[in-house]
Amino acid sequence: MLHTVNKSPFGNGSLESCLRFMNAGDVLLLLEDGVNGAIAGTSMVGLIEQAMAKNEVYAISADLKARGLTNLIPGIKVIDYAGFVDLVEKHTTHAWL
Amino acid sequence: MSEEVKKIMFTVRKPPHGSIYVYEGLEVKLIMAAYDADISVVFMDDGVFALKQGQDTKELGIKGFAATYGVMVDYEISKMYVDRKSMEDRGMTEDDLLVIGEDEDTEEPVKPKVVEAEEIAAMMGEQHNILVF
Repeated sequence: MLHTVNKSPFGNGSLESCLRFMNAGDVLLLLEDGVNGAIAGTSMVGLIEQAMAKNEVYAISADLKARGLTNLIPGIKVIDYAGFVDLVEKHTTHAWL
Repeated sequence: MSEEVKKIMFTVRKPPHGSIYVYEGLEVKLIMAAYDADISVVFMDDGVFALKQGQDTKELGIKGFAATYGVMVDYEISKMYVDRKSMEDRGMTEDDLLVIGEDEDTEEPVKPKVVEAEEIAAMMGEQHNILVF
């Protein structure tokens, strides 16, 4: 299963909820304001690292660039829109809107 | 594959009345109930407020839809689940939940089933599709 989160975790509980409902092997994709969850050194790092122990975590490069975010939590995979399409093709998707 | 009954889950995460999401979701559920699909509905986060008993929207001037949930079982949508943590975080207990129908045999009132996040995650993994409201 592919979970997508498009809201900033600092103003919205979607990312935390998503992490609570993920199975091992599920995939998390951060996009739009959701990429704020990929930044190193924030209060979310612990939760993201915990997720990365059993889930792959991706972030959309265009959204990171648009926000000037370069210092990411190590292990987060940066992908473009084609990569996004590949993920959607492979998985059933649940969007945490 | 085409003969396989599709498993479709609805996740409801928005509170009722502040936006049209929850109501629209209910309409979609009732429409899809007319098709041969294995439908389940999971209320989580603020979505659990949609299941609170005693909603009265008269003074808002809008039609309430809580009563419609009360006939879900008649539409053969009986797989309704509530995330326990979301419910408890919002000060709700099982007693606060709407009655969604009555048991065919015992005529006992049926309420949505309160489940843990792990159980919901496992159910999500079995779906062909998940619709989000």
